[in-house]
Amino acid sequence: MNIDYSYIFNLPPFSLDKDEKHKLYEEILYELQKHHSGNCFQYNKLCSLLGNNPALPVRLFKEYDLKSISKDEIYKVMTSSGTTGQTVSKIYLDRETSARQAKALNKIVSDFTGKTRLPMLIIDSNKVLKDRNMFSARGAGILGFSMLGRDMTYALDENMNLNLTVIDEFCQKYEGQAVLMFGFTFMVWEHFYKPLSKMGHRLDLAGTLIHGGGWKKLASEAVNPEEFINGLKMVTNADKVLNYYGMVEQTGSIFMECEYGHLHASVFSDIDILRAEDFTAADVGEKGIIKVTSLLPTSYPGHILLSEDEGILEGVDDCPCGRKGKYFKVCGRMQGAEIRGCSDTYERR
Amino acid sequence: MNNLKKYNEIFMKVFSVEEKALEELEYQGIDEWDSVGHMELIAELEDGFDIMMDTDDIIDFSSYKKGIELLKKYEVEV
Repeated sequence: MNIDYSYIFNLPPFSLDKDEKHKLYEEILYELQKHHSGNCFQYNKLCSLLGNNPALPVRLFKEYDLKSISKDEIYKVMTSSGTTGQTVSKIYLDRETSARQAKALNKIVSDFTGKTRLPMLIIDSNKVLKDRNMFSARGAGILGFSMLGRDMTYALDENMNLNLTVIDEFCQKYEGQAVLMFGFTFMVWEHFYKPLSKMGHRLDLAGTLIHGGGWKKLASEAVNPEEFINGLKMVTNADKVLNYYGMVEQTGSIFMECEYGHLHASVFSDIDILRAEDFTAADVGEKGIIKVTSLLPTSYPGHILLSEDEGILEGVDDCPCGRKGKYFKVCGRMQGAEIRGCSDTYERR
Repeated sequence: MNNLKKYNEIFMKVFSVEEKALEELEYQGIDEWDSVGHMELIAELEDGFDIMMDTDDIIDFSSYKKGIELLKKYEVEV
């Protein structure tokens, strides 16, 4: 494999314009295609049927064990979140891919929060991590982000109730300092915002709140992104409340929302919006299926995937926040798609 | 307490392993050193040596031996 990852990791994460990115992706996707075809016979077969670098539907990772490494190189198997009874995707990671994912996440998020590891409040229960064998996408998400912070503190108890003693202690300890808050969208709203707002309690926590994992559950409660942001700014002193879009099949190379509410593709990944009828590229402003491309995976052939989400491309290289590359928004799941996402599959037990 | 002793004791405490096993210890090599255990280890090392590591170094901290090398960046000679 002839990919210079150190070059990509040395680029500022939102620095490539359309032409530069196109050139880089052409080169690397060629190498990734060659690598995966040579190391994953199912993928090779698919390519001979569909042509080079096909977008694989995410569902394929449920039905087949797709990997481009040998058994003894497997380092971690990630599984997707799913509601009870759903089959889960299995994503095979070797040491290199796993480290690459963690480093990419760090590069992307630090562009928004700064390089210093901030004290971190995780808006979830530490129960999620207790059963280490049941390593869910939710646990993996929390752990992935926790490397970006320090003094990880869980805001919720085992029953998903606010742990006010712990939270107040955290607030006092880091009074006047920027902290990082992280959680899944629905849990943040249901188990953090709602009880705090009911009590009329405002936490003295400044800094950034990052959340992701699906909007569907909140959309059904008719909570829109503006309300979410305003609500969280009422119960904390957060100056930024940022959503992200990502999936376990392409861990690490997430799409972060900027202060203008646009999700941005970094140098590590790209997005295409396709028309459902014929899979041609949709225009800016036109709704279609989201195709995601990530340069990170070498242990499984998941570099180009067809998601089950719909989105709209909002522009390229010209977001007022100054970040280069495509920016877009997610409209939700396609009709008939399975429910997934760490936030959307959550059911209180 | 010298640094090596401190370093070893942190590993033994976090992963409940014996000193003689340390030299060969690797991330994911034992059940206790998984990603949850990893963050516990980093927190203890940071407290113990009064340092704050970069995220990339936490990711690269793949073994007992590699850790000794990485800590040099933070002026900790083990």
